[in-house]
Amino acid sequence: MVTLARRLIACLDVRDGRVVKGVNFEGLRDAGDPAALAARYNEEGIDEVVVLDVAATLERRIALRQTVAAVAARLFIPLTVGGGIRTLEDAAAVIDAGADKVSVNTAALADPSLITRIAHRFGSQAVVVAIDAMRAGDGFVVSSHSGRVPTSWGAVAWAREAEARGAGEILLTSIDADGTQEGFDGVLTAAVSTAVSIPVIASGGAGSAEHFAEVFTAGLADAALAASIFHDRACSVRSIKQFLSDRAIPVRL
Amino acid sequence: MIALVDYGAGNLASVRKALGALGAQVTEPRSPGGLREATGIIVPGVGHFGATASLDEDWRDAVLDAIGAGTPLLGICLGMQWLFEGSDEAPDTPGLGVLPGRITRLPGGCPEGARVKIPHVGWNRLEMAPSDAPSNPTSASPRLLARIPPGSYMYFTHAYAAPITDACAARTVHGQAFASAVERGRVWGVQFHPEKSGPVGLAVLANFVRAAAAYAGRGATGGARW
Repeated sequence: MVTLARRLIACLDVRDGRVVKGVNFEGLRDAGDPAALAARYNEEGIDEVVVLDVAATLERRIALRQTVAAVAARLFIPLTVGGGIRTLEDAAAVIDAGADKVSVNTAALADPSLITRIAHRFGSQAVVVAIDAMRAGDGFVVSSHSGRVPTSWGAVAWAREAEARGAGEILLTSIDADGTQEGFDGVLTAAVSTAVSIPVIASGGAGSAEHFAEVFTAGLADAALAASIFHDRACSVRSIKQFLSDRAIPVRL
Repeated sequence: MIALVDYGAGNLASVRKALGALGAQVTEPRSPGGLREATGIIVPGVGHFGATASLDEDWRDAVLDAIGAGTPLLGICLGMQWLFEGSDEAPDTPGLGVLPGRITRLPGGCPEGARVKIPHVGWNRLEMAPSDAPSNPTSASPRLLARIPPGSYMYFTHAYAAPITDACAARTVHGQAFASAVERGRVWGVQFHPEKSGPVGLAVLANFVRAAAAYAGRGATGGARW
């Protein structure tokens, strides 16, 4: 019997110290204070929190550190921080501020050795490689720069490369599904999840408890991440977990 | 005063923060001699077993002396693995050896048709050894898992794990069963991260803080031994 729980992860897309949320990576709107939201999700039984700096620039990185410290202060569950992590020093700064894991994306595509260097310093469990992918014919193309710049990588090939270089987890976002609330891309998730041994976190498209059940069964996801569905109180964390538990999907209730 | 052993292995800040939330006084001694004043010692850690090589002969001797004097000790994740004889992850790096057995890699694969991914990342359940069940409060020893409900979910992140021996206080299944908590006298170890396991994880740390406080007060209570 499998007792390892499927994880529900709340994502806080942060810009200038506030939580924002867009559709298909565009049109950001304000969704609250990061530390207050993280505390609320923690109360509701979320399994992890991810803070993504969606507009990371040099001066904003100092603000991000303050945000991470504020979120981490009262959070006793895993915290991942990403957005603008370009160097080992960037990773060290957010881990020092209280992150347990860092998420790398564009910088890892530009220089995959970044994955290995962070893994050597902090352990593979601290390195999440975020992959933004969109459908292209029968396959999935990886994009960099918040989904704006297509690369020559296919999603499965890049996930395997990331694992080989020391990634501890894959955070896989469907650009097509992101923000639509019409369901995760289960085909993308299953393709990547079966190709690697490390856990895969599905992201993009969560709109209902059924969507989580689908991505945990047909999609073979180890964890699922969402933002709007939690921010807008469309579904509580607990009600989604109860729905999953009722369908024999192991969750931490 | 609880001493946190800093050997550069990751989760020290999180453990310090969790202990602070519990109101515990924490110190991070720069040299092994600092352990002599400690009423409890925590060896944190996450990552590669090779990192424990930073705990040199002086640190090992200081920890062994403290254990010999009855100081409560808790190893977390890598810190727990270090209590054993060694690990297949870094065969040339000896463990402290206060618990028998070796750390081995979890096998993964597809037992019973369900795919088991390695590393083992996420929340999984504790199955308690019978004497740790809350229904058995007769034990005279302080227990790390006292009042922790059987089946509690804890946060894990590791690829290597400890064998199930008579020191096992709780086991967890991920493909195969491994020791997720160990106990021998006042030496404890947990493979999971109590500092990252929500309220129930903090309750485990609170049990250790209580054991350290009881040890600190041993003079006042006539040197009572558990």
